[in-house]
Amino acid sequence: MSIRDLSDPEYFDEVAEANAEERSMDGLRPTYGTVDPLSGLMDPAESVSSRPEHHRLLKYLRREILPTTFCTGCGGGTVLNTFTNAIDEMRIDPKEMVCVTGIGCSSWIPSPYFLCDTLHTTHGRAIAFACGVKVMKPDMKVIIIAGDGDLAGIGGNHLIHAARRNIDITVFLVNNFIYGMTGGQVSPTTPFGIRTTTTPYANVEHPMRIADLVAAAGGSYVARWTTFHAFQLMESMQYAIRKKGFSFIEVMSQCPVSFGKSAGMKDPVSNLKYLRDNSIHVDGTKGMSEEELEGKFVVGRLVERNQ
Amino acid sequence: MTTEFWNGNMAAAQAVKRARVQLIAAYPITPQTHTVEYLSQFVNDGELDARMVKVESEHSALSACAGAAAVGARSFTASCSQGIQLMSEVMYFTSGMRFPVVMAIANRTLSVPVNIWPDHQDTLVNRDSCWLQIYAVSVQEVYDLMLMAYPIAEDPEVNLPLLISYDGFILSHASEPVVTITQEEADQFIQPPGQTDRAILDPENPLQFGEVLFPEWYPDYEYKKHRALADSLTVIDRTFRKFKEQFGREYHVVETEGTGDAEVVIIGIGSMMQTARYAASEMRKRGEKVGVANLRTFRPFPEEELVKAVGHAKTVLVLDRDIGYGTSGMVYQDVTRTFYHQEQRPELLNFIIGLGGKDITPKTIERCLELGKPGFTGQSVFWPDARGPKEGIPYSEGLTA
Ligand SMILES: Cc1ncc(C[n+]2csc(CCOP(=O)(O)OP(=O)(O)O)c2C)c(N)n1
Ligand code: SF4
Ligand SMILES: [Mg+2]
Repeated sequence: MSIRDLSDPEYFDEVAEANAEERSMDGLRPTYGTVDPLSGLMDPAESVSSRPEHHRLLKYLRREILPTTFCTGCGGGTVLNTFTNAIDEMRIDPKEMVCVTGIGCSSWIPSPYFLCDTLHTTHGRAIAFACGVKVMKPDMKVIIIAGDGDLAGIGGNHLIHAARRNIDITVFLVNNFIYGMTGGQVSPTTPFGIRTTTTPYANVEHPMRIADLVAAAGGSYVARWTTFHAFQLMESMQYAIRKKGFSFIEVMSQCPVSFGKSAGMKDPVSNLKYLRDNSIHVDGTKGMSEEELEGKFVVGRLVERNQ
Repeated sequence: MTTEFWNGNMAAAQAVKRARVQLIAAYPITPQTHTVEYLSQFVNDGELDARMVKVESEHSALSACAGAAAVGARSFTASCSQGIQLMSEVMYFTSGMRFPVVMAIANRTLSVPVNIWPDHQDTLVNRDSCWLQIYAVSVQEVYDLMLMAYPIAEDPEVNLPLLISYDGFILSHASEPVVTITQEEADQFIQPPGQTDRAILDPENPLQFGEVLFPEWYPDYEYKKHRALADSLTVIDRTFRKFKEQFGREYHVVETEGTGDAEVVIIGIGSMMQTARYAASEMRKRGEKVGVANLRTFRPFPEEELVKAVGHAKTVLVLDRDIGYGTSGMVYQDVTRTFYHQEQRPELLNFIIGLGGKDITPKTIERCLELGKPGFTGQSVFWPDARGPKEGIPYSEGLTA
C-alpha cells in the first residue's frame, strides 16, 4: 500500500469495515500462533517468529514493562509505533538519544516504553530540562514527547522560548485535546463546543493552534500531522529529528477514553475519522478564510527555516 | 438537614456551594480533580452563582483567586502535591497581601519518585507560607471544616488564607455518610461574601497591594502577619463553638480521647488519627493507658492546648506522615519546641509512617507503641515502615546514634 492510498478517505472506511469483519471472527481465530479450536491450547510446534515477543521493533522497547498501560485504541500506541519505526528506519542507535518527558499519558510514550535514556520530569517542564541536557551533551539527539496540557498549557512558556532560541531539540507534542491522564478536563486545545468533565455542557473557549504559535515564535521546522496519517507522520518525524535547530510536530491524537467519554467519541475509529475528516493539507489552504479553517487541522509542513 | 453519602471531594465542593463562593480557579490533579469537576457541574447547572476559570496552571489558579480577593470577592481553589509546589510562590503573596482565599487539599506526596498516594509532605512543606492549615479526619469533617473556612479566614482579626487538608483517596475518594446543612442554615452561619470591610481595591479609594517595604518597617509588617496567624486560634475556637451551637457537632483545636489518665499519648494529624484512636482503645482493653491527641490545626500550632492534653503522660509518640529531610518529622519539630520549656517534660518519640500512601493500620500504631515502650534510649526518630538493617528492626536515629 502506498501513502497515497492511506490519505484517501474511502480507503479508511474499507479498512474499518475489514477490521469489523475480522473482529466478528474473534474467538474462532487465534490471535498469535495456532490454537486448537477444541482444546484452546497453543500448538507447541508453532513457529515462534509470528509471536509478539519476536517483533522486529521489540528491541527498542523496555520489554519488562509491556504491555503498555494505554487504553485500548489510544493514539499513544500509534505515536510509539510511528516513532519506533522512524528511529529504526533512520538506524539511530538509542544510545545516542535522550528522551525527555513531562507528566501525562503522552509522556509515557517514551518513558518508560522506549529503551533509551529517559528523563521523566515535572508537568510542563520537559523542554526546560531538555535544554540543560542538550547544552551539556550537544551530540545527543534530545527528543521530547509530551501532551498538549503539558507542553502548550502549563509549560507553554518554555515551548515558545525554546522555539525563539532555536535550540537543537526535537519536540513531538501529542495533542489529544484534553488533560487525559487526570480523566478528561478541558485543556487549552479542547475544540470549541466540546463537552469535557469541567465543561459539562460545552467548551466556550477557542482552542490554541499550537503549531502555528510555535511557527510564529521561531524554530527551524514546524509541522502538524495526525495519528490517522501514520506514514506521513513517520516521515515528518524523521525529518524533524534530522533537522538542525528547533523542530516541532503537533500530532493530533485520539483519546477515546478521557476525551471520548464526554465528547461522544468513545470508540477509537470515530476518533480517527474525526481526525481524518477535519484534516486539510496546508497546500490546499491558500485563499481560505479564518472562518473556513475554523475547527480544521491544517496538516503538513507549516514552516521550514535554515538559520 | 439530610444525610448524604459523599466522598471527601464532593463534601468539599458541596460546602463551597453553601459558602456562595464567587470565583473558582483550579487546575486538575489527582486526587483533587473531582472537586473541580463537581463544582463545574454546579456552576453550569446554575446551582452556584460563581465564575469558573479553567486556568492553565496552579500558579495561575491561585493568582486568579488572589486577584479576585483583591477586589473583595470570595474565591476558592483546590490542589495537592506538585500543584501546591507550583503555587508556592503565590501562597506567600496571598498571605502577605492578607487575602482570605480558601483552598481544599486532597493530600498527596511530592515527586520524585512519582507517586499519587497520600502523605502530608505537600502541605507541611508550606507550613511557613503563613496560611492556616486545618486537617480533617473524616468526610463529615471535610464538610464541616470547609463550612467554617470562610468565617475563620475572613474574620477581621485573621484575614489570612486558609487550607483544609484531607488525605487523598482515604478521604477524597472514600464515601461516608455526611450530615448536611441547608442553604438557609449556611447563610445564617456564613455571612454573604463582600460583607467584611477588609482592604480591597476600590477606585473611590485607590490602594496599593504588593508594595515594597524597606528594612526599617519590614520586621513590623512580618510581626503583624505572624501574630495574626498565631492569634487566629481564638477565632478558630470561637467559630468551632458557634458551629456547635448551631449544628451540634463539636470541634476543638486539639481533640483528645483517653488522655486524662494516659501514660502514653499519641499525637498526629489527618486520617491516621482515626486509626490511632481505634488502636488506642484496643490497647486500653488490654489495660494499657494510651490516649490520643489529634491536632486539628497545624497552623496555628495549638501549644497550650497540646500541653494540657498531654497532662502527666510520661511518653509522647508523635506520628508524622511526612519527613523534614535530614532531621525528623515536621510535626515532631513543633511538639518538641512546645515541650522544651515545660516543667514536666515527657519523653518525645517520633515515628515516620505512611509515606507515599503506605497503609497505616492499627498494627502500624501498635508497632509504634511497642517500639516506644523502652522510652528514650538515645534513639528518638523511628522509621517502622522502611526496611531496616535487620528483619524486624526499623531504622532509628537519635542523638547518641
Ligand atoms: C504541577 C502539576 N499539576 C497538575 C498535575 C496533574 N496532572 C498529571 S497528568 C495531567 C494532565 C496531562 O495532560 P496532557 O499533558 O495533555 O497529557 P495527556 O494525559 O492528555 O496525554 C495533569 C494535569 C501534575 N502532575 N503536576
Ligand atoms: S486516557 Fe486517553 S490518552 Fe490516556 S491512555 Fe487512555 S486513551 Fe490514551
Ligand atoms: Mg492531552
